Amino acid sequence: MAIELSLANWKQIEQHGADAYPNECCGMLLGKEEDSRKIILDILPLPNARDDSPRNRFLILPEDFVRGEREARSRGLEILGFYHSHPDHFAQPSEFDRQHAWPWYTYLILGVNGGVPGALTGWQLTEDRLQFLQEDLRVLGASPPAHRPEGQQ
Amino acid sequence: MGVQVVIPLPLRQYTERKDIVVAEGQTVEEVMRSLTAHYGDLRKHLYGEDGKLRSFVNIYRNDEDIRYLEREKTPVKENDVLNIVPSIAGGGCLSAIAQDDVQVPLPLRGIGMTATGVGGKE
Repeated sequence: MAIELSLANWKQIEQHGADAYPNECCGMLLGKEEDSRKIILDILPLPNARDDSPRNRFLILPEDFVRGEREARSRGLEILGFYHSHPDHFAQPSEFDRQHAWPWYTYLILGVNGGVPGALTGWQLTEDRLQFLQEDLRVLGASPPAHRPEGQQ
Repeated sequence: MGVQVVIPLPLRQYTERKDIVVAEGQTVEEVMRSLTAHYGDLRKHLYGEDGKLRSFVNIYRNDEDIRYLEREKTPVKENDVLNIVPSIAGGGCLSAIAQDDVQVPLPLRGIGMTATGVGGKE
C-alpha cells in the first residue's frame, strides 16, 4: 500500500530521531486510509519506554497507545502505524521488529548515523508474520527519502 | 449473551471487520480461546508458537489490566468488556542484547478506558 507523508512531517520525524540520538525515538502516524493509500496527516511523538536498552529498542506502552488513539479519534483520524529510529543502523526492519509487529500497521524506520538523520523507509508485516514488505513511501513536495542509497545516510 | 471483546483496528480484518465480538467463557483465557476458535486467523497474531499470549498483547477487563488481577485466569461475567490493547515494540540490531522479549511495565492500575474506549473508527 502506498503511504503519503508531508515534507513537514518527514522533517519532524528526522528531528525527533536526531534529538533522541543515540537512543531510539518512536511515535504514532495519524491519518486516513483512502483509495488504497495511507495518508499521514500528523505524527504524534511518544516516549520510548525501554529505559533498559533505549539505544536499540523502543516500546510504546499501552496507556500511551490509548492516549494516542483518543487524540486520533478526537480529530477524526486513525492510527495508521508507527515510526521509530535505528541509531547507527540501516533503515530496515530487524528480526526484533518483525517478531513484535502487528499486521496492517505501517512501520516507518529512520536510519540515524552519528546523530544525522538518513533514509526513511516504510514497511508492513505480511499476513503470515514471516517478513516485512517495503511500502511505497511518497514524501509530498520532496524526493522520496526511501530512494536514498542506504550507504549515503 | 457473553463477554464483549473489543478488537483493535489491525485485527479487524480477521473478524469480518467487526470492532466488537461477543465470545463465551468464564475466564479471560476461555473467552480468548473461544474468540480464536471462531476467528482462527486471529490466533497467530495474539499467541506465539508456544501457545502463550504474545508479550505485546495487553488485555483489560473493563478498565483493569488483567496482570493486576489473575492474568488469563481472571474471571469474567456476562456483559463484561475485554479490551485488546497493543503495545508497540521493536528496535535496531545493536546486538548487545540479543533476542530479548518485551516486558511491558505495569501502568498505574487502569488506563481510563470506557467500555468502548478502544478501537478506531472502521
